[in-house]
Amino acid sequence: MGKLISLVLLALLPFAVSAVDVYQLSDPEQQKAYETLTSELRCLVCQNQNVADSNAELAGDLRRQVYEMLQQGKSKEEIITFMTDRYGDFVLYNPPLKAKTGLLWLGPMLFLLTGLGMVLWFIKRRKKATISAISSGQQAEIRRLLEDEEQP
Amino acid sequence: MLKFIIPLILFIVIAVFLGAGLKLNPKEIPSPLINTPAPVFSAPKLNAPDDKLTPADLTGKVWLLNVWASWCASCKEEHPVLNELARQQSVILIGLNYKDNPEAAKQWLAEGGDPYNDSIMDVDGRIGLDYGVYGVPETFVIDKKGVVRHKQTGALTAEALNDTLLPLITQLQAE
Repeated sequence: MGKLISLVLLALLPFAVSAVDVYQLSDPEQQKAYETLTSELRCLVCQNQNVADSNAELAGDLRRQVYEMLQQGKSKEEIITFMTDRYGDFVLYNPPLKAKTGLLWLGPMLFLLTGLGMVLWFIKRRKKATISAISSGQQAEIRRLLEDEEQP
Repeated sequence: MLKFIIPLILFIVIAVFLGAGLKLNPKEIPSPLINTPAPVFSAPKLNAPDDKLTPADLTGKVWLLNVWASWCASCKEEHPVLNELARQQSVILIGLNYKDNPEAAKQWLAEGGDPYNDSIMDVDGRIGLDYGVYGVPETFVIDKKGVVRHKQTGALTAEALNDTLLPLITQLQAE
């Protein structure tokens, strides 16, 4: 039992130490905005982490920037524009749909359609192959046998 | 015949894309600042903290803004290249001393040589944030009108300097 408890506690450890330097805003609405923004912004140094989770110095600076801008009453859109003006769309985990990012958004759809098209093509070809595998002589034979069955 | 050609074409297409992907550097993020006015700052000089420098002071000149710090390992690598550039005196070189301790920075310059016309201090990284700095060293080329024209991320090599930066600087100085 003691072992189990310590195991559970050990598993919970990452959640206890994950907070880096969390800023607290008095307005719960703003606090929510802070949390969404920092989780949607990508840390540019360690590219597979968001700003909320990263320990990198730059992520700390970006968290501070988001916090300060929210305190100044800036909207979420204003903060996102501020970030993309400096770091480009790369800073967003959810990039906007534009000509430049079109392939990123439509690419998966394109692959799906290509795959579906290929599957349909294969099915059609196999159907044709099974039908033509029977010669016209055999087909006549089948028809004759079936007709025999129907008239006992 | 088609049975072999289609997989072969597919293979070639995939190989070309993956091969191109290998050559791309994911750390190199295109800067949205290119062809926009250089972000304004007014920052104390490293060697004379009471004196401030702003981009407006450099209007009419082509200049480089080189982001560096004494804690940055790659900066040591590019330092000889910058020293050589300073010897040629072909362009104004401004250093942005990024998130550094001024004393450590001064010592670093005393030891390795000071290629900068001036270095400015950005102790808390706010100027760096305005320039979209994410990996020191970085170098910006700014034209006579104060517009950012090029950004080099990572250590400046002799090749990058000779093949890209110097021709661009010559072109911008003629504008």
